[in-house]
Amino acid sequence: MILVWLIVILMAGGLLAWLSKKVNPELPRWVALGAVLLDLILIVYLWISTEATTGSAWLLRYEVPWIPQWGVSFSLALDGLSLLMLMLTFFLGLLSVLISWKEIKNKVGFFHFNLLWVLAGITGVFLTMDLFLFYFFWEVMLIPMYFLIGVWGHENRTYAAYKFFLFTQASGLLMLLAILGLYFIHGSETGSYTFNYFDLLNTPLAPDAARLLMFGFLAAFLVKLPVVPFHSWLPDAHSQAPTAGSLILAGLLLKTGAYGLLRFVLPLFPTATVEFAPWAMLLGVIGIIYGAILAYSQTDLKRLVAYTSVSHMGFVILGVFAFNEWALQGVVMQMIAHGLSTGALFILAGFIYERIHTRDITQMGGFWAKAPKMAVIALVFVMASLGLPGLGNFIAEFLTLVGSWQAANWLTVFATIGLVLATAYSLRIMQKVFYEPGPRQEPLPDLNFREMLIAVPMVLGLLWLGLYPQPIIDTARPSITEQLQAYTSPQPTITEPKTAYFQKQPDPTINTNQLAINQRAFSNLQIFQSPN
Amino acid sequence: MENLLWLIPALPFLGALLLILFGTRLSRMLVAILGVGSVGISALITILLGLEFLANRPEFYHQEVWQWFNVAGFTPSIAFHIDALSLVFVFVITFVGALIHLYATAYMAEDQDFSRFFACMNLFVGSMLMLVMADNLLLLYLGWEGVGLCSYLLIGFWYKEPKNGYAARKAFIITRVGDTAMAIGLFMLFQAFGTLHIQTILTEAPQAWSVGSQMAVIVALLLLGGAVGKSGQLPLQTWLPDAMAGPTPVSALIHAATMVTAGVYLIARMYVIFELAPLAQTIVAIVGAVTLLLAGFSALTQYDLKRVLAYSTISQIGYMFLALGVGAWSAGIFHFMIHGFFKALLFLCAGAIIMALHHEQDMRKMGGLRHKMPVVYWTFLIGAASLAALPIITAGFYSKDQILWYALAGENGNMWLYLAGLAGAFITSIYTFRMVFMTFFGESKTHLEHPPGKVITIPLIILAILSLVGGFIELPHNFGHVVLFSDLLAPVLPGISANEGLAANEWLFQLLAAVVSLGGVFVAYLFYIKSPQLLTSIERSEFAMALHRFWHSGWGFDALYDALIVRSYVFISKLNKRDFIDSFYTGLARLAEGFHVMFSETQNGVLRNYVAGIVVGAIMILTISLFL
Repeated sequence: MILVWLIVILMAGGLLAWLSKKVNPELPRWVALGAVLLDLILIVYLWISTEATTGSAWLLRYEVPWIPQWGVSFSLALDGLSLLMLMLTFFLGLLSVLISWKEIKNKVGFFHFNLLWVLAGITGVFLTMDLFLFYFFWEVMLIPMYFLIGVWGHENRTYAAYKFFLFTQASGLLMLLAILGLYFIHGSETGSYTFNYFDLLNTPLAPDAARLLMFGFLAAFLVKLPVVPFHSWLPDAHSQAPTAGSLILAGLLLKTGAYGLLRFVLPLFPTATVEFAPWAMLLGVIGIIYGAILAYSQTDLKRLVAYTSVSHMGFVILGVFAFNEWALQGVVMQMIAHGLSTGALFILAGFIYERIHTRDITQMGGFWAKAPKMAVIALVFVMASLGLPGLGNFIAEFLTLVGSWQAANWLTVFATIGLVLATAYSLRIMQKVFYEPGPRQEPLPDLNFREMLIAVPMVLGLLWLGLYPQPIIDTARPSITEQLQAYTSPQPTITEPKTAYFQKQPDPTINTNQLAINQRAFSNLQIFQSPN
Repeated sequence: MENLLWLIPALPFLGALLLILFGTRLSRMLVAILGVGSVGISALITILLGLEFLANRPEFYHQEVWQWFNVAGFTPSIAFHIDALSLVFVFVITFVGALIHLYATAYMAEDQDFSRFFACMNLFVGSMLMLVMADNLLLLYLGWEGVGLCSYLLIGFWYKEPKNGYAARKAFIITRVGDTAMAIGLFMLFQAFGTLHIQTILTEAPQAWSVGSQMAVIVALLLLGGAVGKSGQLPLQTWLPDAMAGPTPVSALIHAATMVTAGVYLIARMYVIFELAPLAQTIVAIVGAVTLLLAGFSALTQYDLKRVLAYSTISQIGYMFLALGVGAWSAGIFHFMIHGFFKALLFLCAGAIIMALHHEQDMRKMGGLRHKMPVVYWTFLIGAASLAALPIITAGFYSKDQILWYALAGENGNMWLYLAGLAGAFITSIYTFRMVFMTFFGESKTHLEHPPGKVITIPLIILAILSLVGGFIELPHNFGHVVLFSDLLAPVLPGISANEGLAANEWLFQLLAAVVSLGGVFVAYLFYIKSPQLLTSIERSEFAMALHRFWHSGWGFDALYDALIVRSYVFISKLNKRDFIDSFYTGLARLAEGFHVMFSETQNGVLRNYVAGIVVGAIMILTISLFL
């Protein structure tokens, strides 16, 4: 029941915020803040209280029939992966309310309605275990986001909003087709027509059908992630959205794509994904490098950060299709760390925009002397984005690469080169915005208390992820093992790890070597294998 | 003492943290106390730890602070491992580092970003300590990248000058190229051993890989890639001369105590892998030999005092690589330590000169400083003598002689490596004393502004003493035979035996090395004191000047990389700034719009168009039906 509340609080809070504008124009902010905070408290409470009982992957389930004649149920379930994603959602949601406090001045009520409904949609996507409902929430995310960009965005907002809508809608329809296809195949094979995720998991599928259906799902998730060449909605949407919109887009909406891959594509179509994996990883590597090259030459700060997202999300798809625990843990960590670090860079761009009313980095410069607090905090975010050890993104990228190395050597080499390119674009931000003297001489106020309240938790979060990520890893582990079940080979060809000389023996219950699976997965595409 | 290990890196980090958080609100005095104190206490703990280590001779000290993470059996820890090798490094880093910090309180006294400076310096020392104390390669990598970050922050410390920011980015990006190679090496090591714990890898590698196996060679070469990046060796050396953009104490720190020695440490630490990969080890030696020559020639032609020192660092690290490459592990580490002393000394002296001459770095505008700054003169002279390896009295002689000897007589040594080393020694001696003569002799050209104070001179004197007596802990067997240093390292690094046939004539080669070094001094004396007209006659030759320009520009590496990589990357990036993939989607949109315009034309409400349309259509249908 608590799962339903998580969504209801946001939806009701959104309506209430809209209505409360009549009472006091500032009230919607407080209503929204209260609603998200309540959800955050609930989810943190869930995390703390369920930590002890991590026997099964599923922590909580809630299911009532909705349209029984079609086999549609209102089915929610929470596992470690959803839990982590929800914590990120409510944390960033809280920040997006705070960040809009001074930025959004017109239609405050409607803004917060949309904000909370996007969050509700995202929460639904992360929780629902019914594909019909999943599609419903997928659309619920989309429409309020369209308004957020189209109404409160920057100069070219209408174009960006259309583009965002069309890309997501078109790819979402392909997913709907795939969902229906899966529904009918399952129905005709087993006689029970249902949209329930757990029932559909074991649908017997002909290879051709599986491939087609997988591409339907992939269409939605790869566009959302985004993967080059389906990325071009993202720079426009990110750069034109208001700060809160960019934060939610980069921090959360992209993650729904990654989540979809993990939750649906991997377990539903194990054989088809193994076939497709080398190509998916190739797309990931292309994304890493292509995004980084494009980011380097952008002069619009938000557009620059948007392209870095394209680059960072390449690691996600690279890791997902490596099918081993290291890579998948890296992916989950990347989803969280990227949500924080890139979200933070958008927030930073928002701070600067509020002060000088431009996103053009040629108009910036010399901010280190003018706003030292902002500079130090920006340095942390920039370093996170280039993957400096000690911050969360490093753990994410290193684990992803360690995992993907086991699957595809050469692709991993190219992905690693992406780290050098990341250094180039990241340092360019520091150089142009904070180091070199800029054209403007007017003073720049440093971060105020509210802004520090937003930025400092993100810095601490990144440090925590970078230095002690174990709680996150432990929470995600059962779900990852579950998603990988279809890929775990019954008899690993490589047995025990070698005896550690100085360390204690690794826990034998953990499947230490995923090599066998990957060798199986990749034997059909020799070109991606190293000579050894 | 073992329980205090964590304090050694933690104190500088704590100092940095406090300075970042409260630095701007503290008085300069307090900032200096925090900045110097944190590293100073680390040095003190290190010395105490070292004394205990020397007394008890344990194999190693180990302390695990916490487990970093545990993913499917990949369990790196935040844990420290100190054996003799890391102890030497920790000692140089903290002790020399503390002296540099002390010196910097005077050097940077006027700077408005005093606390930012010390925050970064502390962070630098902390990262470097992390690097050398890490018990696993992932933690080492953390220190490794942290060092890169700090070099970026400090080289670009005076950020208002775009040139400095450029140098800073160059340092970070070029070293990151090496780091990427190293990261791939780590993936391979992890795949092979299921762990990144250094001692485990070192123990298991000989069982897993045979000598010369392909895996070992590839891993060793990838690690070497990381090492050449950080240590400024060929082909990734170009960042180091530009790194002089930072304040002089930073240069001293980068060149003597931190950063550039990281590569030497990495190779020495992973020596088992290199011994399993003779090809890679030979490449290490060749990289060292070539680098020491190239950098030496470049040093000959520089006019900027700090750039001479920068090239000399590249060259001296080349000697260390040469030593590691021929398997003279302890000789390489010995030269690292001695080099740490005299290079820090030379940089700090250079800083004192630059400060006294109001930020003048061009040696052509110096001269005659011998009488005006006697302390700096004498200490600089000692440092220079040690760098030029003047025989008997200087520490540099003993450390360099050992390398030269094993480059010839060691198991992996040969004639060519020896000759390269010997030629390098000659060049070293020339450029070093060229520097001494240009700066301290001749007539005075610039007015002296700030004579150095006590805070400046005390570190100089301490380092000068170490540059002299430091060598006496390791003397050749035919000349005193003291082996304190190699004994210390013996449990960690394998020893090396000299070729029997040559060993009888060792004294001959020592004499040769001494003659070469003195000969270099004489050449410099000839050109810069005795008869400067020789120099002008050379300058008239067209060829000599072209060569001079080529060497001055660092053998054209910068221009090459700029043309090949940097410009083409920026060009491609700028070309595609608007993302050509997007034009496909905008094209789709245009197409839809085009159809829209086209079809809306058919419904424009003009009756005669409709009639014309009907007629044309009717004729077409009739024609088709006639033909069918």
